Amino acid sequence: MYNNFIRSPSPVRRVSSILLSRVQTSIPRVSRGFHKTTTSTTRRILTPSITTTPFQNSCVTPSLGAFTSPYLRSFRPTTARISYHFYNTSAVQHQEESAHKKVIDETRDLIFADVPKVDVKKVLVVGSGGLSIGQAGEFDYSGSQAIKALRESGVSTILVNPNIATIQTSHALADSVYFLPVTVEYLTHILERERPDGILLTFGGQTGLNVGIKLEQMGVLKRLGIKVLGTPIRTLEVSEDRALFADALKEIDIPVAQSTAVSTIDDALAAADKIGYPIIVRSAFALGGLGSGFANNPEELHSLAAKSLSLSPQILVEKSMKGWKEVEYEVVRDAANNCITVCNMENFDPLGIHTGDSIVVAPSQTLSDEEYHMLRTAAIKIIRHLGVVGECNVQYALNPESLEYKVIEVNARLSRSSALASKATGYPLAFVAAKIALGHTLPELHNAVTKTTTACFEPSLDYIVTKIPRWDLSKFQHVNREIGSSMKSVGEVMAIGRTFEESLQKAIRQVDPSFKGFQSLPFPDLDKSLTVPTDRRLFAVGHAMLEKNYTIDQIHNLTKIDKWFLYKLGNIVNVEHDIKHAEKLENVSKELLQEAKKKGFSDAQIAAMLNTNEDQVRKVRKEYGITPFTKKIDTLAAEFPANTNYLYTTYNASTHDVKFDDHGTMVLGSGVYRIGSSVEFDWCGVSAIRALRDLGLKTLMVNYNPETVSTDFDECDRLYFEELSYERVMDIYEQEAARGVIVSVGGQLPQNIALRMHQNEVNILGTSPVSIDKAEDRFKFSQILDQIGVDQPEWKELSSAEEAEKFADKVGYPVLVRPSYVLSGAAMNVCHTREALHENLSEATSVSPLHPVVITKFISPAAEIDVDAVAYKGKVLVHAVSEHVENAGVHSGDATLVLPPRDINDHTMARLKEIAQKVAKAFEITGPFNMQIIKKDNPDGESELKVIECNLRASRSFPFVSKVLGTNFIDVATKALCDKNVPEPVDLMAEKKDYQAVKVPQFSWTRLQGADPFLGVEMASTGEVACFGKDKYEAYWSAIQSTQNFRVPKIGGGILVGRDDLTNNDDFITVASALSKDLGHPLYTSSPKVTEYLAQNNIKATTLALPENDKKALHQVFENNNIDFVFNLAQLRASQTTDENYIARRSAVDFGIPLVNDSKCAVLFVEAVKRKRQESSSQAPGEHPSEVKSWSEFIGGKFC
Amino acid sequence: MSLLLRRSFVNPSSISITKALSITSLQKCGLATVSDKPFTISSPPPAPYANVNTKPPKAALKLRSGEVFHGTSFGANIPVSGEIVFTTSVVGYPESMTDPSYRGQILVFTQPLIGNYGVPGLFKDQYGLLKYFESDRIQCEAIVVNDYATRYSHWTAVESLGEWCSRHGVPAITGVDTRAIVHILRDQGSTLSKLIVGDDAANENFNKIPYTDPNTRNLVSEVSTAVPVSYNPYGDIKIAVVDCGVKHNILRSLVKRGAAVTVLPWNFDFNKISDQFDGIFISNGPGNPTKAMETVSNLRKAMNSYKRPMFGICMGNLLMGMAAGLDVRKLRFGNRAHNVPALNMVNGKCQITSQNHGYALVDDKFPPSWKKYYVNVNDGSNEGIIHKTLPYRSVQFHPEAKGGPEDTEFLFDEFIDQIRSEKVKREGTKFFVPETIDHRTAQVA
Repeated sequence: MYNNFIRSPSPVRRVSSILLSRVQTSIPRVSRGFHKTTTSTTRRILTPSITTTPFQNSCVTPSLGAFTSPYLRSFRPTTARISYHFYNTSAVQHQEESAHKKVIDETRDLIFADVPKVDVKKVLVVGSGGLSIGQAGEFDYSGSQAIKALRESGVSTILVNPNIATIQTSHALADSVYFLPVTVEYLTHILERERPDGILLTFGGQTGLNVGIKLEQMGVLKRLGIKVLGTPIRTLEVSEDRALFADALKEIDIPVAQSTAVSTIDDALAAADKIGYPIIVRSAFALGGLGSGFANNPEELHSLAAKSLSLSPQILVEKSMKGWKEVEYEVVRDAANNCITVCNMENFDPLGIHTGDSIVVAPSQTLSDEEYHMLRTAAIKIIRHLGVVGECNVQYALNPESLEYKVIEVNARLSRSSALASKATGYPLAFVAAKIALGHTLPELHNAVTKTTTACFEPSLDYIVTKIPRWDLSKFQHVNREIGSSMKSVGEVMAIGRTFEESLQKAIRQVDPSFKGFQSLPFPDLDKSLTVPTDRRLFAVGHAMLEKNYTIDQIHNLTKIDKWFLYKLGNIVNVEHDIKHAEKLENVSKELLQEAKKKGFSDAQIAAMLNTNEDQVRKVRKEYGITPFTKKIDTLAAEFPANTNYLYTTYNASTHDVKFDDHGTMVLGSGVYRIGSSVEFDWCGVSAIRALRDLGLKTLMVNYNPETVSTDFDECDRLYFEELSYERVMDIYEQEAARGVIVSVGGQLPQNIALRMHQNEVNILGTSPVSIDKAEDRFKFSQILDQIGVDQPEWKELSSAEEAEKFADKVGYPVLVRPSYVLSGAAMNVCHTREALHENLSEATSVSPLHPVVITKFISPAAEIDVDAVAYKGKVLVHAVSEHVENAGVHSGDATLVLPPRDINDHTMARLKEIAQKVAKAFEITGPFNMQIIKKDNPDGESELKVIECNLRASRSFPFVSKVLGTNFIDVATKALCDKNVPEPVDLMAEKKDYQAVKVPQFSWTRLQGADPFLGVEMASTGEVACFGKDKYEAYWSAIQSTQNFRVPKIGGGILVGRDDLTNNDDFITVASALSKDLGHPLYTSSPKVTEYLAQNNIKATTLALPENDKKALHQVFENNNIDFVFNLAQLRASQTTDENYIARRSAVDFGIPLVNDSKCAVLFVEAVKRKRQESSSQAPGEHPSEVKSWSEFIGGKFC
Repeated sequence: MSLLLRRSFVNPSSISITKALSITSLQKCGLATVSDKPFTISSPPPAPYANVNTKPPKAALKLRSGEVFHGTSFGANIPVSGEIVFTTSVVGYPESMTDPSYRGQILVFTQPLIGNYGVPGLFKDQYGLLKYFESDRIQCEAIVVNDYATRYSHWTAVESLGEWCSRHGVPAITGVDTRAIVHILRDQGSTLSKLIVGDDAANENFNKIPYTDPNTRNLVSEVSTAVPVSYNPYGDIKIAVVDCGVKHNILRSLVKRGAAVTVLPWNFDFNKISDQFDGIFISNGPGNPTKAMETVSNLRKAMNSYKRPMFGICMGNLLMGMAAGLDVRKLRFGNRAHNVPALNMVNGKCQITSQNHGYALVDDKFPPSWKKYYVNVNDGSNEGIIHKTLPYRSVQFHPEAKGGPEDTEFLFDEFIDQIRSEKVKREGTKFFVPETIDHRTAQVA
């Protein structure tokens, strides 16, 4: 018994009956003897509690003696304890023995007497998988920190995460990596194979948590004797099941939003009658509030409940508290019951908008001490009661007119908010949480920033941070722009300032550089835009203030945003009026300019108001001596000296915190995660920094994305958490006198300012920005390709519809239309007919000499190839050729990539290499570059190879090709950029591999209500995953299962197939025939035409009538026919939501049914299913599928 | 128009006490009041841009070590001098500013945005104690902030921070790099400073007033009550509070647990009447503890004879420590924060505490009957002492919070429980427990 007791990671002092139930199925749970010296008599009477303690029968004496029992201490040799420093920090280690160390040394026995040591040598860390809305890059950050912490403690780690673009999936951190689906089946295989003695479930988001709970429920962890480290499973279950959770909090008199758990629509309506409208519906076990929403009346509730119940077996009906403040606390608890709140945050938007979609400030600004500490005390009480061991997030609703509050949610795991809190405070939450999971206590751990003080403290912020989400909803058609209780944003930014105005205006520019700051956008119905929150409400407020002269009261009444925030926005508006009033830059006094900078105005923003340009404002500003000051983020408001390198700039200061004698190399990060740019560029940035440090160079990172590893201050020598604008990058470059800037690893954003920096004598490392500009300018690029004899599809820039149609007629349809000015809908489109082109040009775009369109011949059908390469002085050093599964026409970011390709012949491979070589030479490339090439096969003769795109920077496939080929392309590129230790060229594609890897996009359709799940020339995926296999079938099999909400078709399940006139007949028949004949699935279609076509090919199918507007009836149709899977291979984008193919695709998403929407992928998938079904039938029991192998087993070595 | 209105928010001359009072009476009727001054973006600013004269008055701060900081004034137009100290608390300026422990000090807030939620009214609770403040006036000499919110928003607020400061004759400066000041104080240690407002500030005319060192005065006598005052007289246990500058929340914490409290002047010799009390409490207070030697000698007497529970907070810890035979030292720049980890040397638990002190006990050697109770995990300084056998103890931090974390509030429970159980032992009778006990705070940490 005592053995168990000592190893238990979770001492819980007072355990609720809810937490106690099913305790037998969980790991042995026991609690410590936390006894008060004196207990209030009344409390004993009034709040009976169950106390579990192993001493209950043996040595219960409610005295302090129990704490220092020598009997306890004998179980833990104190010599095993050492104090840890934060991993790999460049900053100077503390020289003298710190007071903290002394105190800890003296009190070691006391601190540890009560803490169980967790004895593990090998731990499996569950990752979160592909990036999706609601679960993004923050889990790369938290997982990386956890692995660092484990590694530092000498624990070997196994990581399971199919997200190949992450930094955590590297042998620099984990000892073993599995690129496999984070599902119960695969994890069971891996656990059986690796037999770790511990598992960490709280670092992989909701995915990791859900899988962990299932593993426990299935008894896998118990069977294999694997300890759950940190927060115990039962706590996770209670915090996840809203009904249990509400009951648990009731036990400690903490108010929870009143809610009723229901599993039918009728029950939901009945519950709502009792509670009263408006109602909020939430679904249990869902990512970021999926399937949640508001209902004002029974009709709305009916349709909402129907949808939510299709996503979750149980929903909660709760009273809506619209207009209340929303406040969050990040809490940490160790096994000795020490608790701290690391950060609190307040939402700019009142309750009603998911916190992930809210503008958030930290710390809270409108809460009094009474409110702040009431909620803080409650948060600590909650996590003690629930028994969290590690990190936890508590969300509250606070009545703006009283002390009334309610708990909305508790996340007993690292979350998006905790990543934000980490970056906002400098406190490494994930690292500390991992240490606590290993049995360390807060007082013994060092504050990673000061290194001389303890981790058991609460950061004090002498700045304010503002987080703004990034949505990208305009990328999708038919999507609802309203935001609410279900999260829709794809990324977020964090800005640091010393006034709210400064941090907010920075954040607005960070979200989208096309915004210059707080500004107005036109809204036809302004009052509605203020009342009903959308992704653009902040600019509706701007419109109301700047253009419509609304008063603060009016805006407050419409939006319910706290007036304090609105007053601050008013300050910005006042400065703006003052500047506008000055009319000319000459009239702007030094004081006014200073005031504007203190309020966060950018030079460009000021210039736009005065009809001048940014350079002029910059010049005048510098003449006045107005330049930003660099301040440190040190967790304790400068109270103790801290050698931190975590920096930001501000105009609200008079001194610098640092000296500028590093002269480091600047690496510009990728900025906000958005569709088209996400974690892969963070991997590139971090890889570049690591390579620079390996070369012995000082590094300086500029980035502002709180979800990244590149903004971990232990990754570089200096971290500027700052804007990536020309203005700010120049400020930093000049101040630091940096020796050079790398602009080619952060995606497109840094490239956009490269040329201007170059023109202003900034040393841009590698390829000249003049070449970058040539590659980006369609005319110059095309001219150069012609000169070097590289083929490209025909294109022309045209300024009238007639010319456009004439050109299209000449080159033949289909054509790709890229307007330079877009009115609505997606920017690019493929037009298959003259009518379609005509419609496109007249409806969606305006064509004129001012707004020309570019028309390109669209080659179809053709294969597409991605070439990623690194060159040095015009010579290719390494290159990778990946084959797209989909035909050309699907955006390369949404494409399924196969590497190394086995379906391209040696001759073509050689020609591809030659093209890369020619391009590298023509543009004198030094550094990374990427090309997309179309391959059109000719029955007689060699394939046509046409370059469709070329970027002289790292691309999103760099981490994939690096990890598959076992050569870090960014490492090579960085050496080339620095002209140091440059390796000899090597042809990686010449080495034959016995494996293939497949990269698959991760979509977030479920989140984007109404959006058409269709693949086209505009990118729509939010993330990606990749898996290895003996061939592409096996790799695709596990890769596609790694995507969220995907599962393989159940044997015998009904399959809905669909197509349109452009669908490839061969592909369609291959898929249908395999599904029906080989795999025995009943087929259904939504149109008699398709059924007829299948019948002609001897394939039996049933036609279903899909109701257009009645979701419930539609659901019934799916239910009645046991539809388990949808293949919709239509090639034309739906123009209306009544399109049968749109309905089929959208239903699949809304009803949680897997969807395949590309014909080439469908062919690959059915082939993989056929092979795998065969393989598993011949598999011996206990044998693992052949794809269950670690990364190093596949590539034959360990690789960083 | 807009400029004129904006000026009115910050110009102290436009603020009257009567206005604040009228709002207060409104609030009593149950109307939540927030600042609703018209927001004037409608009209363009007057032409041309030349509003230097409409700007708020300037203010300047000079440290004795020589550094000068310029900013604007938002409080009273009076020059002051005092010891300059900083607090790293992130919330609770009304509580801090009315804390008598800040007497004589110019307070720098590292929290950059100040005044956001205004200042609440002078409401009293059922015991006659102030609901939102720690004493009935602003105690610090002046405040120094980075960014003052001219317009506030909160349901308890009746006036702005600037209006409040002006009414109390307390100058305030905003627009100052507070982090730079912290750097100076941290590196050089505590120093004196002067704050001047108006034309003098523009001209750096600091010589009008001398530097004054509050620590040479007996600050405790300045803030202590002149006569004994009782609260909750019918409580079942009676506690004498030696008022060295007691925060109202200490009194609230005692009376809401059912105790009858008698607040005594700092130098009142309670030994004469100590039999009337079941326990003695020594409060927090400002300045140099060696100025309160009368209290120390009273305590020394009590420690030898009075066997009933004694509890001290902050200054109370220093005075009890001195009475027990320990020395005190002045800390380099003091501990003023809401985030200080204090390790309980009895059970090894670490708690986050609220602090405000410039002196500390020297605790490397202990008199035989005493031992360390709490220690600061960051700098190793003393955070409390406890008697080995008798029910005497004290802590350097503030379990009563206000502002700051409530994690150590259980110390009041323990003190009260101790008093009750001693009383039961002594008198052998049962006692009734009043219903006013707050169970929310009765959780042990």
